[in-house]
Amino acid sequence: MFRRKNTSDLAAMEGRRLGLDGIMTGLSFVLLFIIVVIPIFMIIYNAFFYQGKFDLTLFTSVIFDKENLKAMGNTIIIAVAVTIFGTIMGLFYAWLLGRSDIPAKGFMRALFTIPYMFPPFFGAMAWDLLFSGRAGYINRWLMHTFHLRTAPVNINSLGGIIFVECSYYFPFVFMQVVSALERMDPTLEESARIAGARQSQVIWKITLPLVKPAISAGALLILISSLAHFGVPSILGFSKNIFTLPTMIYALINRSGGSFEGIRQGTALSILLVAVVAVALVIQKKVLSSGSYDIIKGKSMRPTLIKLRGAKYPLLFLACLTLLVIVVVPLVMIFLVAMVKAYGLPLVWKNFSFSNYQKVFASPATMDSIRNSLFLSVTAGVVCMFLGVMIAYVINRIRPRGRNVLEILSILPYSIPGTVLAIGVILAWSGAIFGVTLYNTIWIILVAYMARYLSFSMKSASASLQQVNSSLEEASRACGATHTESLRDITLPLIKPAMVSGFFLIFLPAMRELTTSILLYGPYSRTLGVQIFALRDAGMIPQAAALASVAIVIIIICNAIVTWITKDRKGA
Amino acid sequence: MNQVVLRHVTKRFTTRTMGTVTAVDDFNLEIKEGECFSFLGPSGCGKTTTLRMIAGFEDLSEGEIELCGRPVSIKAKNLYVPPEERDLGMVFQAFAVWPHMNIFDNVAFPLKIRKVAKKEITARVKEALRHCSLDGLEKLYPSELSGGQQQRIALARAIVTNPKVMLLDEPLSNLDPKLRETMRFEIKELQRQFGFTIIFVTHDQSEAMAISDRMMVCDMGKIMQIDTPENLYRHPNSRFVHNFLGESTFINVVLRDGHVFPKGDDTQPIDLPIPENAQSEMVIATRPNAIRLTKDTGYITHIEKRIFLTDKTEYLVPVGEQLVKIQTPHRVVFAPGEQCGIEIAAPGWYPPEDKEAIAERAKRQIF
Repeated sequence: MFRRKNTSDLAAMEGRRLGLDGIMTGLSFVLLFIIVVIPIFMIIYNAFFYQGKFDLTLFTSVIFDKENLKAMGNTIIIAVAVTIFGTIMGLFYAWLLGRSDIPAKGFMRALFTIPYMFPPFFGAMAWDLLFSGRAGYINRWLMHTFHLRTAPVNINSLGGIIFVECSYYFPFVFMQVVSALERMDPTLEESARIAGARQSQVIWKITLPLVKPAISAGALLILISSLAHFGVPSILGFSKNIFTLPTMIYALINRSGGSFEGIRQGTALSILLVAVVAVALVIQKKVLSSGSYDIIKGKSMRPTLIKLRGAKYPLLFLACLTLLVIVVVPLVMIFLVAMVKAYGLPLVWKNFSFSNYQKVFASPATMDSIRNSLFLSVTAGVVCMFLGVMIAYVINRIRPRGRNVLEILSILPYSIPGTVLAIGVILAWSGAIFGVTLYNTIWIILVAYMARYLSFSMKSASASLQQVNSSLEEASRACGATHTESLRDITLPLIKPAMVSGFFLIFLPAMRELTTSILLYGPYSRTLGVQIFALRDAGMIPQAAALASVAIVIIIICNAIVTWITKDRKGA
Repeated sequence: MNQVVLRHVTKRFTTRTMGTVTAVDDFNLEIKEGECFSFLGPSGCGKTTTLRMIAGFEDLSEGEIELCGRPVSIKAKNLYVPPEERDLGMVFQAFAVWPHMNIFDNVAFPLKIRKVAKKEITARVKEALRHCSLDGLEKLYPSELSGGQQQRIALARAIVTNPKVMLLDEPLSNLDPKLRETMRFEIKELQRQFGFTIIFVTHDQSEAMAISDRMMVCDMGKIMQIDTPENLYRHPNSRFVHNFLGESTFINVVLRDGHVFPKGDDTQPIDLPIPENAQSEMVIATRPNAIRLTKDTGYITHIEKRIFLTDKTEYLVPVGEQLVKIQTPHRVVFAPGEQCGIEIAAPGWYPPEDKEAIAERAKRQIF
């Protein structure tokens, strides 16, 4: 604190009223105000005020609507079930890879990164193709083979939604727990053995309690993600009138054709969704602050691995099989259906052709959507990269009064469900502020992306800045460089790797974004995700699959580039 | 009675980068009841691996281990008793107290696992805590205590079951130097009261010397020497042990015509009796404070440099091509450049270390 005061005194002594620092601080506050505060304010205002007057009628009517209550119930049921099953699954794999002597750990780890790469709604599409009522491929095959009257598995149900979300969210718990197990001091477990505890007793009494904070962190991440999730319930639920809060908001606005009344109803419902998420966030905060132990100590030694003995290969087979089914089958299915001439034809060689790809690439709307997504992702990535660095610098180095506000504001949008954020952005940029209307243009999507992803680059830059000792910049000043020169020649080059990774942290999820763009797109501003969703909605399922497979290829290529770049850096 | 017996204990690791490494090579040991026995050596010498094999955390590649007359590991018969059935006490370098349990629960854990009656648990935990000067802290959690107190919890937890053998894996190296001395004393005191046998692993020679009845010095997976601290210090059987147990002065010498010439000087010999079966090139080993500095007797040379240290004066003196370190009390005063003589009494004689051994050691340090 003392030294900070000193530097600002120095600035004053140099006679600079408004130096670079001042500009950056001011800009950070103004930008976050525009990007984050205004949309949030607009939601609250519109939910409770009508034509300038406090008005609860809309809010109460929406909240006590039977359908909406049902949607809220579904949201909670799905989220809780996904959390429970996802946690159990993540825990099992974490233990298998972290503490047992199962082979092929590297292979399994690679499989776990796949759910991170692809949007869950791709998976929902694929499972829908396999198990939707009487039309799904596997359902039809089962009915044919076993002469069943009805479809044996119905993926268009709460259970189906829970299953698909689980398969995309369980890695949250897995990653958290596996890293905790790896960082854990093995002597904590060994000392329990010496104290007389058997291997199984060690797991229950020592290992599990010690990784409990990691388990709850991962579980709550699943809970919050699932509460706000749009893709899977929309793909699997709409046909059977199963709604969750995010899909209900979309349906309300969609039904009203984007009229203000529909948006107002959506706004009121958003408040409900935010309330549910807020409860989860409060729990998260409580749980995470209560129990975190220091379990990383001592010399690094490999933990004693539990010998699975006879169970080794059966378990390996089971683990690989479930992972393959959950992770790989949906992706393969999308490629297969993309090749089939018409949806419903058997997946055999003579029915395959590239006609869907031809149709997809011949359609200007589709090509537009690819172009739009690339433009949006690159622009959001670049802009957020620089904004993130600036805000991180202001928070960590300049440390003005109110930096806590700055930090909260930049991280807050990440906790707000994408659907809600989209509504806030619509309300804010439909002429409410200075008469600026961005609705139906590509810019409104860009604004939403920036709000949504800014925290990614900010956190990455912040972490990197904390590792660059401020004495490095001071040394540069001592060598005669000005403040601006030190920033340009010393600090920025040192955090460049974090800036690059910050860019990709935004570019990749933005490429496959669906939740916010589905509410924001206009006739000429469809994104890749929206176009796939729309093609499927219009019944052109093979074409939707074809476009999805193109998206998969783009994502794989981009990921390969990222790995290549980061590997290159490590080698240097 | 011998409480811990190792016969031909060997451990080989296969690593991806270096192939097979023999971490522990044919160890034979007999540790007596109530003895405090140290494993001493640089990192990579096999001391920790040996301890972990005794504890049951590592399998043996060859050989057998006996605890209190009961075989616990016999490779040839594939006999292996898991750690929890060996009835040992063990204290780790990083304390390894469980952060999710309070102090009472930490110490009570071994008793609870053994299904001891509740009343007895309370009494025995109290007793153990009292012995480790932790009374009254039962309800606190480890994170609320200092490093020294955490290590005391680990000690209390180890003694609460009253084990016959106590394994201490560098228990003091995470503590600050002052605390280290107190703890060392406390460990000895506990041993006196409870009468357990101690195996103490350390790389700190002064710590090992202060605590041990006997110790084993090992290097690169081999036992170099086993003896009492004093005998080891006075009669090291190798250049390595000599160097490891205290500040050493080595002078490379060439034997010619029954005389001992320092390397680089073939005119003036050092007056020393030559031992039997000496090679033509040898190393004589002594301690800086065991060399006598004289006006004009012994090997005549001059003072190159004088350094005033807090409790002694150090002189650097050229002997042949080498600079030899000599430490004297402050009252022995020579000026830099002044002529002087040195006399060496009863040095150790060792063959020069070959390059292969040096390379091997460097390799193991990385491993």
